[in-house]
Amino acid sequence: MGKVAIALLCALAAGCGGGTAPQALSADDAAYQQKLQEQFLDAKPGSVIEIPAGRHALDRVLTLRANGVTIRGVGADKSILSFKNEISGPEGMLVYASDFTIEHLAIEDSKGDGLKVNDGENITIRDVRVEWTGGPKTTNGAYGIYPVKSKNVLIEDSASIGASDAGIYVGQSQNVIVRRNRAEKNVAGIEIENTINADVYENTATGNTGGILVFNMPNLAQPGQSTRVFNNKSFDNNLANFAAKGAAVASVPAGSGVVVNSNPKVEIFDNDIAGNHTANLIISSYFSTNYYNTRGVDPKYDPYPRGIFVYGNRFKGGGDSPDGLELKTLKTAMFGINGHFPDVLWDGYVDTKSLVNGLPPPAERICVQNGDAEVLNADGPNKYKNPKVDKTSFQCELPKLAAVELPHS
Amino acid sequence: MDSNQVARSWRLWACAGALALVACGRTAQPVHFFAEGRPAKLSDWQVVYADGGNLALNEGVVPYDLNTPLFSDYAHKLRTIWLPRGTSAKYDVDGNFDFPVGTIISKTFYYPLPKGAARDSNAVARTYDQSTEFSDKAIGERGLKLANVHLVETRILVRREAGWQALPYVWNAAQTEAVLARTGDAKPLELVADDGSKEAFTYVVPNENQCAGCHVADLKTKQIAPIGTKARHLNREYPYASGSENQLAHFIKLGYLTGISDPASAPKNADWRDAAQPLDARARAYLDINCGHCHNAKGPANTTALDLTIFGATDRYLGVCKPPVAAGRGTGDHFFDIVPGNPQDSILPYRMRSSEPGVMMPEQGRNTTHVEGVVLIEQWVSALRGACDTAT
Repeated sequence: MGKVAIALLCALAAGCGGGTAPQALSADDAAYQQKLQEQFLDAKPGSVIEIPAGRHALDRVLTLRANGVTIRGVGADKSILSFKNEISGPEGMLVYASDFTIEHLAIEDSKGDGLKVNDGENITIRDVRVEWTGGPKTTNGAYGIYPVKSKNVLIEDSASIGASDAGIYVGQSQNVIVRRNRAEKNVAGIEIENTINADVYENTATGNTGGILVFNMPNLAQPGQSTRVFNNKSFDNNLANFAAKGAAVASVPAGSGVVVNSNPKVEIFDNDIAGNHTANLIISSYFSTNYYNTRGVDPKYDPYPRGIFVYGNRFKGGGDSPDGLELKTLKTAMFGINGHFPDVLWDGYVDTKSLVNGLPPPAERICVQNGDAEVLNADGPNKYKNPKVDKTSFQCELPKLAAVELPHS
Repeated sequence: MDSNQVARSWRLWACAGALALVACGRTAQPVHFFAEGRPAKLSDWQVVYADGGNLALNEGVVPYDLNTPLFSDYAHKLRTIWLPRGTSAKYDVDGNFDFPVGTIISKTFYYPLPKGAARDSNAVARTYDQSTEFSDKAIGERGLKLANVHLVETRILVRREAGWQALPYVWNAAQTEAVLARTGDAKPLELVADDGSKEAFTYVVPNENQCAGCHVADLKTKQIAPIGTKARHLNREYPYASGSENQLAHFIKLGYLTGISDPASAPKNADWRDAAQPLDARARAYLDINCGHCHNAKGPANTTALDLTIFGATDRYLGVCKPPVAAGRGTGDHFFDIVPGNPQDSILPYRMRSSEPGVMMPEQGRNTTHVEGVVLIEQWVSALRGACDTAT
């Protein structure tokens, strides 16, 4: 009774605020929030926090700091944590813990990231939906499902919708599996960034600006490498880029199926990639992002995509209406109004210091062994002066990467 | 101490006790260190407590200030520290002092009342003026004059065997007691400036896990730690009841601090408000205390490659020309954390100007914009030289 009384007082007090005071939670929601906050505070290894069915309005981030905790709802469309009226966060849920499992629930409309897991080990995210329910907006939170600096991460059967940066965003992590997820209406559907050993498979990315991204950003402690993207469906990712300028993904052209940027050892195979208006597959360097500058970027940073192996993908359509004036002009000049880019668009940046007889060392080449698929070398380093379509230069093979194995999956 | 001095100090103690007895009609209890558990009331600790017209500091409870404090929605803060008799903290030149088990730090967040405001309204003063708030000396050091202030919360940071623990207490409307609020609280308040302008906002009392959001500066150890009790923050004068004195010197004299003989050798952060001090030192002191608890090499924001502690480099890792990593919409359409000479194109002051969750920095601990802090950082960015050359 005491708790209910306190919650009621809080609710009443907040209601009297006026001005910038947010909409108060109902007495029931306030009482539930207090109970849930206490469960998060009291959690210890072995604790299971059950989220009952229903839409629970919360106005403050849920933070977890205990290892070995499971948070479990009864379904991603049934147990809903709504942060529409969030006053303190900015995340929906913020986890600083290892041996963490979250499953069968939804996180909606947080002001910042939906679910952020920082510096954890053995993380399982299963059947979790993170969504901004008002559709794609620049004011939506940046990342939907966001493990960072974590090790042994499994994200499966989950969904992210409407993130103003990346829907499923794995940053600076090691040993990662992202499978059977759905990413829609985000700027980037799925993004693997500065991560070592990631398998991304059986996901569906559609209706985003870019479907699946594998990036390396400068200045970070861990450069990423070794990502396999396979058996995914990435189609019709033609949503106008709604990221704030300056965000890494703001440089992604609308209509990108799969994008590799500055990340080495990436294997892209057996995917269905279709109908992405700029190109079904883009391979590019940090130099094409507009963020490169000598003062702000660590000189040790490697901006080249080295050792990219593309094979056995089923490309269809796409490349027919690229985003941005430069690419539009390039497409029209080369292929005509009704023509289209080849399936693979490469910006043409190469580490000239590494070239032997005009080619990168074998392990650092871009290899495309994908039936009829051609590559457009856009000649970015020369401001697109001498772009050319090529197939034979990319006829090579790279050693296949090992599958990621997780101790807990 | 010779026997005469001992006798004299005991007489003083007895006298003080007698005065307290008269003043509030009850016996002054000594400070109570709870080795475990969460006492329900702030007064259970007997560190600071409402006593007649004052927020009083118990005997042995020592107030302190910081050269440059963390901004918390213009709240004023009364910080105190108490150590069990016969124990002391060990000095560290850069990090936290090593405090003994039993140490209790308190921080009371309060506002002076605006002129003419009703006692029970939500109106609080937006001012740096502290002249009206201190009480006359009661039993220990000077506390607060309750008639002139609005107490919001008092946070206890207690050093137990297992480490530090943070406990938030929220003051009642009558300002007679603060009760434990583990899950935090939200208070609608209205800041009233000297010129009469008003700004309504929600004062958010953090829950215990949110306390750790700032007080865990090392993600690997995950240990909660004080932020302000470091040499560079404490190295300044304080107006004690016995007269003004350097805080480190005072701690040494009390026996609260060992491992340093000469406070003059200790590092000292600038006072961000003192225009006589160098702009760079003031800005770095401001970033150090406001941002460095997350933006340090071991902190939760080490994912961003931005180190805003006083020890950080002065290059891209301070943000100069650095592209953001995971700022999302926090970029405000800007490309670099700091563009030298151009605060309007820089992400860092943009995020300081915002009070919107998801954009603003720090991420928590404020719901208003620190206008004077923004001005300082903008001046500092304006004074930085060079350009962010985007040529490849």
